[in-house]
Amino acid sequence: MGGHNSPEDIKKETRTYLLVFAALAVLTIITVTVSYLDLNRAQAITVALFVATIKGGLVAAFFMHLMSEEKFIYSVLVLTLVFFVALFVLPIGTYADAVGDHFVMEGVEHGESEAH
Amino acid sequence: MEIPYTVEARPDTGLYNAKMGIWLFLASEVMLFGALFSTYIILRTGNPDWVQHPMNVPLATLNTMILISSSVTVIMSWVSLRLKNFARYRMYLAGTLVLAGGFMVVKAIEYNQEFTQGLFPWSDNYMGIYFTLTGLHGLHVLGGMVVFGYLLGPGAKMWKTAPEQYVNRIECVGLYWHFVDLVWIFLFPSLYLL
Repeated sequence: MGGHNSPEDIKKETRTYLLVFAALAVLTIITVTVSYLDLNRAQAITVALFVATIKGGLVAAFFMHLMSEEKFIYSVLVLTLVFFVALFVLPIGTYADAVGDHFVMEGVEHGESEAH
Repeated sequence: MEIPYTVEARPDTGLYNAKMGIWLFLASEVMLFGALFSTYIILRTGNPDWVQHPMNVPLATLNTMILISSSVTVIMSWVSLRLKNFARYRMYLAGTLVLAGGFMVVKAIEYNQEFTQGLFPWSDNYMGIYFTLTGLHGLHVLGGMVVFGYLLGPGAKMWKTAPEQYVNRIECVGLYWHFVDLVWIFLFPSLYLL
């Protein structure tokens, strides 16, 4: 990353960090304000995670310097992302696969497993 | 024997040792927190009778602001060190340590409120995952505080003996700290607002 140590470059860098800080503060206020609006669950989740993703992106891109990093780090992160997505998709997929599989057993209600 | 690439970058990766190490560590951390987030989604979507206790949003918002501010102070400490301004570096890193301590105090107040209301990790699934995620995150904050304390105290000697390596150390602890901030950015809406 960076590595430019001239006072002018560092001054420019510092200005960027402060701008990112301001953006993060504003986005936090937006997240909290939106949570008090009367949105349905899907809308609330979409907005909250969308704003969180922008905030996370700002932190990663500017504070963690992922805007201009070495290829090796990008490779590690792409590999991590693949496993990270699998971590969500596989268990959720397994669960979703069973949705609607209502089975009837004596003494057990629809959609409930025996083990309780 | 001298260890190579503690300061200068390896020609093939373009990274010095510690930076490669911290990024590999952060990748493993992504998976650790990812597993818990995935668990949260499964628990929540799989339970039609999910109990969502109202959490203290103002305190959590305050903690979000504290962590964001600490991300700025830690990066400013690194910037100051690159400008060879050791006094300012110390001020910013000490500020980061204070902010991290502030985060823990606010979290302790929150936990205390929850315990007073009879909400414990074993109360229900929500409280279980809430305490697991915030507790693990809190341990990371504590870990960061220990490292900040070391770098401000005994570790600061390195500034005199190997200043470039010391700057690299601050960069690496900064990367870790931004990750801790990043995790909280997702924890906050997931646990408090949805």
